[in-house]
Amino acid sequence: MKFDTIIIGGGLSGLTAGIESARAGRRTAIVTAGQSALHFWSGSFEFLCEQDSREVIERPLERAARLDPSHPYRRIGIERTERLLGRVQPMLAEAGITVNGSLGRNHYRLTPMGFAKPAWLTLDDYLAFDHPNEISGRQVCVVNIYSYLDFYPRYLETGLRKLGAAAMSREVNIPQLDVLRKSTTEMRATNISRFLRDDAVDALAREINRVSAGTDMVIMPAILGMFSDEPVKRLRRGVERPIYFVATTPASVPGVRCQLSLKALFNRLGGTYLAGDTVLKGDFEGTRLRRVYTENFGSIPLEADNFMIGSGSFFGHGLVATFDRIFEPVFGLDLNAGKSRTDWYDKDFYAPQPYMAYGVVTDDRFRPSRGGRTVENLYAAGALLSGFNALREGSGAGITLATALAAAEELTR
Amino acid sequence: MMTLQEQNLSDNNFESCIKCTICTIYCPVTAVNPDYPGPKQAGPDGERYRLKRPYFYDEALKYCLNCKRCEVACPNDVKIGDIIQAARIKYADTRPSLRDTMLCNTDFMGGVATRMAPVVNFTLGLKPVKFLMDKMLKIDRRRTFPKYSPVRFETWFRREAEEDQKRFDKFVSYFHGCYVNYNYPQLGKDLVKVLNALGWGVRLLNHERCCGVAKISNRCIDEATRDGENNLRAIREAVARGDEVLATSSTCCFTMRDEYPHLLHLDNADVRDHLLLATVFIFQLLDSGKAKIVFRDDYRKRVAYHAPCHMEKLGWTIFSTSLLRMIPGVEFIPLMSHCCGIAGTYGFKKEYYEYSQGIGQPLFRQILDSGCDFVACDCETCKWQIEMSTHVPVLNPISVLAEAIDVEATVASNK
Repeated sequence: MKFDTIIIGGGLSGLTAGIESARAGRRTAIVTAGQSALHFWSGSFEFLCEQDSREVIERPLERAARLDPSHPYRRIGIERTERLLGRVQPMLAEAGITVNGSLGRNHYRLTPMGFAKPAWLTLDDYLAFDHPNEISGRQVCVVNIYSYLDFYPRYLETGLRKLGAAAMSREVNIPQLDVLRKSTTEMRATNISRFLRDDAVDALAREINRVSAGTDMVIMPAILGMFSDEPVKRLRRGVERPIYFVATTPASVPGVRCQLSLKALFNRLGGTYLAGDTVLKGDFEGTRLRRVYTENFGSIPLEADNFMIGSGSFFGHGLVATFDRIFEPVFGLDLNAGKSRTDWYDKDFYAPQPYMAYGVVTDDRFRPSRGGRTVENLYAAGALLSGFNALREGSGAGITLATALAAAEELTR
Repeated sequence: MMTLQEQNLSDNNFESCIKCTICTIYCPVTAVNPDYPGPKQAGPDGERYRLKRPYFYDEALKYCLNCKRCEVACPNDVKIGDIIQAARIKYADTRPSLRDTMLCNTDFMGGVATRMAPVVNFTLGLKPVKFLMDKMLKIDRRRTFPKYSPVRFETWFRREAEEDQKRFDKFVSYFHGCYVNYNYPQLGKDLVKVLNALGWGVRLLNHERCCGVAKISNRCIDEATRDGENNLRAIREAVARGDEVLATSSTCCFTMRDEYPHLLHLDNADVRDHLLLATVFIFQLLDSGKAKIVFRDDYRKRVAYHAPCHMEKLGWTIFSTSLLRMIPGVEFIPLMSHCCGIAGTYGFKKEYYEYSQGIGQPLFRQILDSGCDFVACDCETCKWQIEMSTHVPVLNPISVLAEAIDVEATVASNK
C-alpha cells in the first residue's frame, strides 16, 4: 500500500505532523501501537519552565535563545520555533480544543498538589493565572465527588492558602453516580465522566451551588466531557460562580478528548489512522527508507516517499532498555545514550537522570542516522529525540510540537 | 503446594499492565453496564488474584464481548481480551447451558435447519415461538433470527461452479464459514464471481468446519478445539497445494489466525500468514497490478462503511474501505468506529439483550443520520444487528464489488 507520508506514532507529535501533512494534500498514514501519552495529559502544554531546578522562567522564548546550542529549540532556530508554534493554537481550535497562553510570557497553572507552576498553553476551562498572587484574598471552594479518590482537596486547600486565598473543601454527591460505587477501584475520572451528562450535570451543578454558597469561585477535578465538551459547557452554565478544573490522576478526561479530537481532525483531512498496529522493520535502499512492515499487514509493505517517527521515549516504547543495552526497536537508529548501565542513572534519585536525555542522533533537519549514515527521508520528532530533560526543564510539549511541525514542513516541501 | 513464585507465573503478559485504565475508556461494555468491572480489572488486575486463588474469579467476566477493543487501545500490548477469555474458560464453574450449546453449534443447527429451511424460517419468525424461546431458553424474543437457506453454499458450489473452475490456472481456497453455507450463499457466489472475473479460480477446503468462535465464547472448548484442529488440517492441505485461504467474514478469519493459538493453544504459525480476508487479497492483486478491475458505469450508491471490532483488531479496515473507494460510482461515508453490540451469540441472550442494543445505539444513530443507501461491513453478525436495529440493509464489501463490477470488461482486461 502506497502513501506519500507514513508517520510512526499516533500521539501528539504524530497527529500534529499528520494533520499538517494531510492538510497539504499529502496521502498520509499514521501507524500507532496502542493509545498515546496524551491520555496522561495535565491540561497544559509547557514550552520552557525551569532551568537547573532553581530558575523559574517567566519569559520562555527569550530564555530559549540562551539555551545550549544543542537543544532542539536552538537547532530549529528561535525565530522558526516561534513561527512554527504559532500554528498550535489554531490547529487545536480547528480540532475543537481551546487553549490560552503565549510564548512571550508563561502563565501559571494550579497543579493537583496545590502548586502554581509555569505553563505555555492551558485548556480554557482549567484554572490559570498570570501571577501566583492573583488569587490572593479570593474565597475558593474546592469541590470533590464523594468517594472519588484520585483527587486530593486537602493538598489544594493548603496550596491555595499559601497563595493567599481563603480555601475550603467540600464533597458533593448525586444519585446518578451511586452505580459507580459498586466497584470502588473503578471510581476513576474517565468512568465518572460517562455518567456526568444531561440531567446528571444539572444535578451536580445544583449540589455545587449549595456547598459553594458565599465563595468567589469553585475548583473541581477534571471529570467531565470525555467524548465531547458539551457537559463542561452545561455545568458552567449551571454553576453560579466561575468554575475551573484541575488535573486528576490518569487517565485524563481532557487528554482523551484532545486525542480523539485531533484524530478526528486528521481523519476529516483525509488521513488514514492505523490503530493497534506495530511497525516491525524498514526496508532501506542506500540512505533512503523505502517501505515499512507491520504486525497486522504481515508481508504487505507500506510504502511512502517520506517517513516520520514520533514513537516516544521509554514510556512510549520508542526507546527500549534491556539489562545491558538501550536501543530504538523499529529501525535500530543511532542513539545518544550511555554505553554501560552504570552511565544511565544517578544514584541520587533527585539528581538529573542521564537516561532522561537519551534519544536518537539526528542532523540539523532532525533526520536520524543508522550506522552513522543519515536517513535522507526519515524525520524524528518528540520525546524520541535526545539532548534535553523534558521533565526537569518543563519543555516536553513544546519540543514535541515544534519538532513535529518542523518535520511537517520537510514532509510537505 | 505451589511456591509463591509459581503462583505468580502466567502464560500471558498481564504484568506489563501499568494500570493506566486506557482499556476501560474504550470498552463498549463499561459504557452501558456498571456490573462489568471493565477490562483492566477483569483482565490483568483480576489475573493477579486468580493466580493465587481461583476463588477470586468474578462471574461478571461473562459480560465481556471479546471485541478486543481493549487490546487495540492498550499502550503496552497487554493481551487483555485474551486474559479475560482464558479466565472464563479456566475458572467459570458452570457448564454451558442447553441454550448456549445450541447457539454455538452452528454446523449442527445449520445442517438441520437448511434441510427444512422454509419451515424453520417461518417458525422462528412466529410470535408464540419467540415467546416460548424467550421463556424456556432465554433467547430474547425481540431478536430477529437470520434466515436459513434451502440450498447450502457447498451444495451450490459443487453443482454449479466447481466444474467451471477448471478453466483457471491459479487458485485460492475459500473458507466460507457457517453463515455463507447455511444462511447466505449469495456472498459466496459473489466471491466466486469477482475472483473468476479477476482471473482466479476458487476451491473449497477439504471439509471445513465452523471456525469455532461461538463455541469459544460459550466455553465449549473441546468442541472448538476439534473444529480448530480439523480446520488447520484443511488449511494446511490448501496451503501445501499453493493456495492462499480466503474468508469473507472478519471474525472467522480473526478467530483462526489469533484465537486458535491464544485461546485454544493450537499452533498455526506455519499457515497463519496464508489466512487472509478476501478484501485483503483482492486489494493486493489490484494494488500490485497483478489484476485489473472495471466497474459498471451505471452503478451509483451512497455507502457507509462499518468497521467490525475484529476487523479493527486485525487492522485491515483500510483494505475493505480502499476497495469500496475504488468504485467510481460509490459515494463513501466513513462511520466512526463503534461496536454494534451483538458480539455473535451474546446479543441473542435475554440477559444481555439490553446491553447489546445499548452498546450499538451510537452506531445506529450514525447510520440513520448518514443517509446511506446501505452499510458495507465484513461481519455477518454486525449485519444482523444493524439490519434489525436500523432497517438499513448491510452488504459485505465483496457483494458490493460483485454488484458494481463489469464482468466482461474485467475479464477482457485480465486476459
